[in-house]
Order: sequence, then C-alpha cells, then structure tokens
Amino acid sequence: MTDAVDVLIVGAGASGAAVAWSLAETRMRIVCLEQGDWMNPAEYPSAGRDWEARAYSDMSISPNRRKRETDYPVNDANSPISVANFNAVGGSTILYAGHFPRFHPSDFRVKTLDGVADDWPIDYRTLEPYYAENDRMMGVSGLAGDPAYPPKESVMPPVPLGKAGQAIAKGFNKLGWHWWPSDTAIATETYDGRDRCINLGACGSGCAQGAKASTDITYWPHAVRAGVEVRTRCRVREITTNGDGMASGVVYYDQDGVEQFQAAEVVIVACNGVGTPRLLLNSTSGRFPSGIANSSGLVGKNLMFHPYASVQGIFDTPLDGYRGPGVCIWSQEFYETDRNRGFVRGYTYEINRGRGPVATALTGMFSGRIPYGEGHHAAYRQLFNRIAGMVGICEDLPEEHNTVTLDPDLTDSHGIPAPKIDYTLSENSRRMLDHAVARATEVLTAAGAKDVIIEAPIGVGGWHLMGTARMGTDPERSVVNEWGRAHDVKNLFIVDGSIFVTSAGVNPTRTIQSLALYIADSMKKRLANLFD
Amino acid sequence: MSDMIATDQLFTNEEQRTLLALVGAVIPANAEYGTPSADDPDIAADILATARPYHATVANALQQVESIAAEQYATAYADLDAETRARLASDLSRSRFAGLGTLVTITAQCYYRDDRVMRSLGMEPRSPYPDGFDVPQGDWSLLDPVRRRGKIYKDP
Repeated sequence: MTDAVDVLIVGAGASGAAVAWSLAETRMRIVCLEQGDWMNPAEYPSAGRDWEARAYSDMSISPNRRKRETDYPVNDANSPISVANFNAVGGSTILYAGHFPRFHPSDFRVKTLDGVADDWPIDYRTLEPYYAENDRMMGVSGLAGDPAYPPKESVMPPVPLGKAGQAIAKGFNKLGWHWWPSDTAIATETYDGRDRCINLGACGSGCAQGAKASTDITYWPHAVRAGVEVRTRCRVREITTNGDGMASGVVYYDQDGVEQFQAAEVVIVACNGVGTPRLLLNSTSGRFPSGIANSSGLVGKNLMFHPYASVQGIFDTPLDGYRGPGVCIWSQEFYETDRNRGFVRGYTYEINRGRGPVATALTGMFSGRIPYGEGHHAAYRQLFNRIAGMVGICEDLPEEHNTVTLDPDLTDSHGIPAPKIDYTLSENSRRMLDHAVARATEVLTAAGAKDVIIEAPIGVGGWHLMGTARMGTDPERSVVNEWGRAHDVKNLFIVDGSIFVTSAGVNPTRTIQSLALYIADSMKKRLANLFD
Repeated sequence: MSDMIATDQLFTNEEQRTLLALVGAVIPANAEYGTPSADDPDIAADILATARPYHATVANALQQVESIAAEQYATAYADLDAETRARLASDLSRSRFAGLGTLVTITAQCYYRDDRVMRSLGMEPRSPYPDGFDVPQGDWSLLDPVRRRGKIYKDP
C-alpha cells in the first residue's frame, strides 16, 4: 500500500488530462494511473515508409487487431460497429482525426424539442466558458462566423481547403447547402510548444510533427509541471470502498504486474464509455453487488456510438490524395430535426480529403473497381488521388438494450474480465444513415464525382463511446449528478463520454474535455463540502 | 528471387511458390507505367517479411488455393497461366475466402511503398515526415453564399 493521495484519476486520455490540469491548481496531491505508455512521436507511422501498413497492425484503431501489451480485448462480436480506442497517455486522442466540433444548443434539449431520450441537466451556456478554455488548451484551428453555431472564436486559422475541399464546397454551393471549414484540434501555426501542421496526411496514426492536439502534448506537460504524477503501465482492476460506502482507493497492477493498492480521498474515472462501465461493473462489494455506483442499474446501459455513413466520390481530376489532414470542411445542413425526413435529430458531414496509395489500392480492389491481373494498373490510376468524399456522423439515441457488460470468459492479460458489447442499430439510425448516403451522393455528384463508394454503417467505426454512466438529477435514472459525482458514492466522479445523456451528431472529444473542465471547476468551488 | 526464398524460413518453399505466383498474378508488371510485378524480388521479400505475423492465416489460404487449383485444373497453382491465376484469386476473394484478404492487403501495403512504384505515381519515395506536403489554401470566397444565408441553428 502506498500513501493516500488526495485525488486519484484513472485514465490519462482526453478527459483525464483535462481534469488533472484543472485540479492541479488546488495543490492537492494528484496521481493518474494509466494502463498505457507515454508515446514517442518519432516512432509514429508517418516517420516511416510503412505508415499506411501500420494502421492495420500496431497502430490500428481496433484493440483486438492491435493487441499491444497495453490493450485489453473487447468482445464486440454482437455489434455491427466495433470499438475503436487507444491506450496510452493521451488515450484515443493519439489516433483521432482531430475533428473538433462543439455540441449545438439543441443537443442538450432533445426531449423538449423532439420528445425523445432526455434533456441534459446542463445546457450549452453552462459549457460555453469551458469550451473556450479547452479550445485554448488544445489549440483549435477554425474560422469564426459559422452560421450553424452560436458565435465562437477560433485560436488559429483553419486548415487549408485544398483541392478536395474546394471541389466539394462547390458541390454544396450548387445545392445551396451549408458548409464551413472544420474546427480542428490541429495547430496551423506554432502554438504552445507545438509545431504547425505540415500536411503529413496520417493524423489517424499519431502526429509525428506534434501539430495534432493529443493530450500527451497539450494538457499533460502543463499538469505534470504543476505537480500531477502520472504512473504508466498501471491497470486498475477495481475501485474499493470503505464501511461508509465511500471510495477508498483502487486496486491495480503495476508495470511489473504486481498487485497494488492506492488509497485516495477522491477517485475520478476517465476510462471512456466502454472502459468506465467495465471498471465500475468489476468493482463489486457487499454494498455494491452489481457494481459500484450502479443502484440505478444503468451502468453499462444506453451505449451510444455514432453510426457513420461513408460516401466517397471518384473524380476525374487529381485532388489532394495522401496530402493534408484528413479533416477539411464540414456541413451541418441536416443537423437539426426535420420530421419530414423520416427521423429525428440529425448528422454532420465531415469531408474527407483523400487517401494514401495503399488505401486507394485496397478500396479499389475490395470494391471491385480495381481488377486482379492485367487491368490493375490502369484502373488504379483512375482512383489514385481522385477519391474524396465525406462521412455522415449520425446522432445515436440512447437505448437501454445497447450495453457494455462483463464478458463471462474473455479477460485481459491480468485476468480482469473484458467488456462485452451488445448493440443494434435503431430504425431512426437506419433512416438517418440512408438519408446521409442519399444527400452525400447528391452533393458529390454536384461536385463532379462520376461514381461513389458507399459504406453505411462503417463497421470499424466505433470511435465514439458514450452514455454508459449517464448524467442526471434523478438517481433512479442516472449514474452521476449534474456535476459528475456518482449519486451513490460521494467521492467518486466520472468525467468521460460515459456521462453523456445523448450523443449529438458530432465528434465528442471537445465536449468530453469541456465537461471534464466543468466538473473540475464544480469540485473546486465545493472543496469545503465536496462530500455533502 | 532464389536468395530471398532461401533466407525466409517461416514459409515453406511450396508455400512461397504459391504465394509468389498469386501476388504476381494479382499485381503484374506493367511496361506502360514502368512498374514491377508484386513478385519482384524486393517487393516479394517485403511481403514475406510483413506476412510473418500472419503466417498461419496466410498459409492456410495458400493451401486452399492449391486445393482448388488441383480440383479445377489438376495442376499446381503456380503452373497455371497468369490470367487463370488472377481470375482464380479474384473469384476466391469475392467469396470472402479466409486468409486471402489478409494476403492481398499485405501485398498492396508492400507494393505501393516500393520506390519504383511510388515514382511511377509521381510520388517522392519517402516517408511523409519530416518534409510533409504542400496543400493549397483554396478559394475562401466560396463561403460567401453560406455567409449570406445566415444562422441555421436552433437556440432553445
């Protein structure tokens, strides 16, 4: 047993980093346990000739394919969408694209507006100052004035339109539809010790340039300098409780595989929408037989992904191909509910700039557009640098039958039960995917595409893990209260995407981090009576 | 090619013969573009090295390719003409033949990072980092009609 710490954070990803940095100013003793390593950007794929191949192996988005020592397996056989994540200091921000939209004001009021799901216990205005603070810490590039959002500032200029963005923007303009330069967590100028983007084109495998804002190079250096201790290769098995029903600390396996106990006054869980319910469900005791903080029975329920519709156009003229960040522009023409479309809520189009030579070959060969044998080369050249398109990021509404539970057989390398995913697409999601495919085909055709390649939903697209320990004011209908504290355990907090009430139709990281800053601030304001 | 075969101990000589016949049929050489085939010695060595972690899957696929070649043509796969080899590989891929997808993926990964192939595509044969690439800013005046349309979000 080691000395008790004031605050113990489990997970050093997007939210763990933000909450650690914010709480550091309290001068409390803060320790973060992370099962992964510090990454070395010099070893990221874009520094090597095999940069595309490594996205299929040690830098894959799938933990089941990647199988690093620091990963845990996920049984997602009973889901049309498989889980994507990364385990390291920085978490999944190591591999994310850096597409960085905010939620909209309407996203916090879906019950009121559309009669579905639940309203959040907080609103856009509550989060707005934390969005701004997070934008400064992460270094957000974009262009102020987007008519799809309330006014917001940008820290740096947007990433370039490029040939692909320009072609597709013209398509949107022909149809009179909204588009705007994406907000991105990619530095377009030198910023806070990070160098500017040089268009490596491999954002999804880690940014060797350090332009993309993964939290190992944004929040963590500041938090560590402020005194926060990060212990890597430490995998937490369970949160323990004392006789008063308060969290007393965690049991974890250290880098040598030795079981340890770390006592703590406050425990903050930041393990994402799959890792967090897994940890809570693994933390059973006489007082919490079905898992800690689970009196509502909702831990692990209401899992939300974002079903993705991919529609890629094939153009006659060369575009950006392998050059430039994957993120480019977005469209929120179909974001707000219009019941005439046959579904509620909506989606964002995220325009994809292009793909590398290997991805082009595989796309062509597996879609039948590039034959095996003599016709290979001519057909390949019809696709190389000529593919650009978009993904529709569809709002996924919460449903209790979409769950994270503990697999009865599968375990990680420490023998800890692995998560099991049971998930089905709703009819609302299917209709939204169909709509996204049809409208994307229209806009790509208007932009000059001669053919489209469609995948909906993207099977490997479980990047966003949300809803499995939802926030709310009613202890019977939620796991944490309106400022992130577990209803059942007054010194246990959750700060990751699992506390989302609804998913919105945008990438969640900016909101996850802003929520973490908001919860940290809520804790700081209540330090004298935090456990009341 | 014989040197490469002799130095790789994981795949048997028979497996290597089938593998090279298959990848060479999938991506043949092309005189017009000046590109080698995927069974070129350098590329083939890369494929064999990259396939090592997937040996069991790939070897199983190769064994099944040979079985089908024997069943349909009463000969070894490598002894078939190039067109037949390509057609057979394509048919098997379309039927989601176990393991063949892995081998085709590895083949594409290794082929399209070969210096000669990259040059033929107009690429510099190098990693993206540290030099990066140029991307044009584009015409930001395209936003004018979007600005003119005005606010589209709901503010409940």
